[in-house]
Amino acid sequence: MIEGIAEIVADHPLFRGLPADVAELVAGCARNEAFAVDELLIAEGAPAETFHLLRRGRVALEIRKPGAGQLVIETLGPDELLGLSWLFGSKRWHTDARALEPVGTVAVDAECLLRKADADPVFGYALMKRVAPVMVSRLQATRLRLLDLYGNGADNS
Amino acid sequence: MPAARGGADGTSLYPLAYRVSWRRRETADVVTVALEPVGSAAAAYRAGQFHMLTAFGVGEVAISVSGTPGTPGPVEHTIRDVGAVSHALSHAPEGTVLGLRGPFGTDWGVEDIADRDVLVIAGGIGLAPLRGAIHQLSRRRGTGALTVLVGARGPEQLVFQTDMEQWRERGANVLCTVDAAAPGWRGDVGIVTTLLARLTLDPQRTVALLCGPEVMMRFAAADLVDLGLDPGQIRVSLERNMQCGAGICGHCQLGPLLLCRDGPVVTYGGAVADLLGQQER
Repeated sequence: MIEGIAEIVADHPLFRGLPADVAELVAGCARNEAFAVDELLIAEGAPAETFHLLRRGRVALEIRKPGAGQLVIETLGPDELLGLSWLFGSKRWHTDARALEPVGTVAVDAECLLRKADADPVFGYALMKRVAPVMVSRLQATRLRLLDLYGNGADNS
Repeated sequence: MPAARGGADGTSLYPLAYRVSWRRRETADVVTVALEPVGSAAAAYRAGQFHMLTAFGVGEVAISVSGTPGTPGPVEHTIRDVGAVSHALSHAPEGTVLGLRGPFGTDWGVEDIADRDVLVIAGGIGLAPLRGAIHQLSRRRGTGALTVLVGARGPEQLVFQTDMEQWRERGANVLCTVDAAAPGWRGDVGIVTTLLARLTLDPQRTVALLCGPEVMMRFAAADLVDLGLDPGQIRVSLERNMQCGAGICGHCQLGPLLLCRDGPVVTYGGAVADLLGQQER
């Protein structure tokens, strides 16, 4: 079971190309999970204890807006990382994450992984170097959305 | 890249009379207008080229052809109502006579990439100049894969949704995303380049066609280069202040390029990569 998860972890873009023992370390903290349509993977305000390596299906990150219901602020899909707050700050989730379709993930126990990272700084640094670009990429994407690229007068033709 | 057409024969500075055959509203501020010649017809166009359209008494503006080359019937242009001329064109009732010059500029070079995997990335009304090329590419048989990524401000601003269904039925992988959505939207939210993470591209086989806001194209092209695409295999559609359409007046100059003649479709890389995002003269 653990070996199967290690292979899945090693094949996920977040960890692809890292030494096999890194995948084993992550797999030791991980398990397969499945979510039905509309099921919450993470909930706003809850402790950020488990993050997910998405394998199949799409997930909507939502924020509740009084009077407007659930607003989708971003969607994630297969091969993406769901959950960053486990690594920084308050370690509480800042959004809900809802399955838009049947979703399969490798769920990773963040505290377990962080303990291993603290004990093995080489592993910890490798982990940080893989998560940081995801954060930068999402920050850049957010900045581009702030530009309102498709607003009046911004398009071709 | 095919050679530029139009502008060299001296006659393209004079508009031909075209009549509005029909109009179709795409979104709240985008309309597709179909034009048929009153007398002489303009030369055949290729996907990616543009016409100069005149609303008599108002002005002239460059509009990309959104129809499919070789399709019988009127020529389609999809126009966003953003100024006086585009307002007049997009509100012209059926039967109105407009002026048409062209076609001008370079095209997407669909014939050159018939056997390649093709990735199309379009933002907003930038899908219009690509629509004809996508129709042509989606009709290929037994050749490369076709992937179409579309970004828009919101679900209500996604254009050509019927066309997207046709492309899917023909085997294309069509993904849409919006910057912001109201509750109830079940599609994707995020900028169009985030969809690249869901694709498995063969960089050696893939040609990319990009059209949309220049910032979007600049970031998309950079992401594609990071994924291993040769900049020479990325084609972008650039627009500046097209006026004469014939490479004479210089209003559309971007560095060494006169985009009405050397563009709008140019190969990304080298000077173009540096020029993307520069202010027009």
